[in-house]
Amino acid sequence: MTSLNRLMPVAATTAVFLLGFLICALVFPNFASLRVVMNLLTDNAFLGIVAVGMTFVIISGGIDLSVGSVIGFTTVFLALAIERWGIPPLAAFAIILLVAAAFGAAMGAIIQYVDLPPFIVTLAGMFLARGASFLLSTESLPINADLYAHLSDLAFRLPGGARLTVPAMIMLAVVLAGMVLLHLTRFGANVYALGGSRVSTALMGVNVPRTTVLIYTLSAVLAGLSGIVFSLYTSSGYSLSAVGVELDAIAAVVIGGTLLSGGYGFIFGTFVGVLIQGLIQTYISFDGSLSSWWAKIATGLLLFAFIAFQQITLRMARRPRARAMGVVQP
Amino acid sequence: MTLRLPRIGTSQIIALAAILAINWTVSPQFFDIRFQDGRLFGSLIDVLNRGAPVAILSLGMVLVIAMRGIDLSVGAVMAIAGAIAASLADSHPLPVVLAAALGAGLACGLWNGFLVAVLGIQPIVATLILMVAGRGIAQLITEGRIVTFTAPGLSWFGGGSVLGLPAPVAIALAMLALTLLVVRGTALGLMIEATGGNARASALAGVGTRAITLAVYAWSGLCAALAGIVAAADILGADANNAGLWLELDAILAVVIGGTSLFGGRFSVVLAVVGALIIQAMNTGILLSGFPPEMNLVVKAVVVLAVLLAQSPRLAGLGLLLRRKRP
Repeated sequence: MTSLNRLMPVAATTAVFLLGFLICALVFPNFASLRVVMNLLTDNAFLGIVAVGMTFVIISGGIDLSVGSVIGFTTVFLALAIERWGIPPLAAFAIILLVAAAFGAAMGAIIQYVDLPPFIVTLAGMFLARGASFLLSTESLPINADLYAHLSDLAFRLPGGARLTVPAMIMLAVVLAGMVLLHLTRFGANVYALGGSRVSTALMGVNVPRTTVLIYTLSAVLAGLSGIVFSLYTSSGYSLSAVGVELDAIAAVVIGGTLLSGGYGFIFGTFVGVLIQGLIQTYISFDGSLSSWWAKIATGLLLFAFIAFQQITLRMARRPRARAMGVVQP
Repeated sequence: MTLRLPRIGTSQIIALAAILAINWTVSPQFFDIRFQDGRLFGSLIDVLNRGAPVAILSLGMVLVIAMRGIDLSVGAVMAIAGAIAASLADSHPLPVVLAAALGAGLACGLWNGFLVAVLGIQPIVATLILMVAGRGIAQLITEGRIVTFTAPGLSWFGGGSVLGLPAPVAIALAMLALTLLVVRGTALGLMIEATGGNARASALAGVGTRAITLAVYAWSGLCAALAGIVAAADILGADANNAGLWLELDAILAVVIGGTSLFGGRFSVVLAVVGALIIQAMNTGILLSGFPPEMNLVVKAVVVLAVLLAQSPRLAGLGLLLRRKRP
């Protein structure tokens, strides 16, 4: 494929976003402002962070269903650690990121060494993390630490009353770091190679076990970071928070043009995919009369449109890969 | 003379018996069954009754997984069917209500089958679309409210009884018999296994893989719609947000516990239903033992991992090696 063809799906996603934004701006006169754009970034920061990790996993040919539960666990853990156990917030952040890393590494190791489909292993991880957060607490716990109040005040003030908040800054930093890691490092090249073919990758001399474990560790750490951002955003911890976020993240990755069979995709596409989902939500809240369940239908339609688009481009490229496969082949 | 147990399904039946035995030690009246108002009551009947929706779902899911597919949309289809049934129940006769709800499930299944068999989309992605959008469609039908109904015809599906058995149990049994008759009574089961084992080879051998894939997803949609009707009838209402939530995972779990390989080509319909009963027996056991119901998910996760590790081809090879070393 030529490099122009390679960028087609991402270009299509970006065009859809710009078109959507244009429609919103025409329907609602106040829409086209810096303030709306900045709110779009802040409100979807946690989704953006977790979707970057999901992009790595999906490009490598896997899937991670546990991220929503890890976010939920993180918020509950932080609330308890900071408010009940008196651990300083920064220390609590470090602990939860380490716990998340260990959790992701364990899932990656099971996928690699026991040779089980990622889908079912991370499904078990999803139950485990959600169950663990229920065991910690089933209540919604407020977080009143000074750092939280301080961080939510901290923001770059931009013209027009817009604020570039800490969650938005963290998300943008993660997106940039993800781009560097995926597109400019050896690890990133290995991730693409794994999604193409595990066997050839191993034959080429890539350390496949190490890469697999690292990919799931990265996804879990980003889910933990996303949980920290989510707790900053809501100033609370709740074991039922972020239910179904794994689906939103997968949808963002697919809408962003990444192939679910692996081997192809861009972080930038995922970022735009997150913004498109945010745009749908913002449209609905601007409209006021539409119910939030339209967001689900719209996301489903977009998913279908992009997957159908992928199938057509794949067939044109004559790569009969996406056959009727229920599980991602090891 | 040694006692010979049937080779397939021994571990599942032992697991179910063990869980029931644990439940019995936790709650001594577990096996007490009373007959009252023409219907059986008791903890054991309760396990069967509460396990019925997942058992019905697993009847469709087992065939989908046998074909190397997966159907993530069953929970959302349950919500759609429940919403349709509940909103029509008080204004239309029962056959119309059932036809509309089951027809919607069939249409959802055909849509999934179309995406997988005709467009060639991976099943996990194809059914993800309906999983995301389906709950929105259900909300659209109920207009975001919890729709309640009083029609006795539809409520029979939750609270009625057949020969003393609760209606959900009777429906699940009838569906099990029907599935077995169609799948094992004809060559269809063989063709499904062939397609799951190697779709290309089966197609070359003359199996209509495309039509079979379509039919299996349609069947899964139909089973999900029936489960949705039972769930709606149980609470005399439809809650588009919570009906069937996470049940797709329970159904997949039931099928996996039942020994059906996620890599396709081998399945057991009866053991999938046993798997559903194992899950429900665990849930009931945790409730009876006074542990917080929050334990449920952790226990489930441990069980999934244990079953998967036991099923893993790599560990099985290890086991064979160990056995060979012994004289």
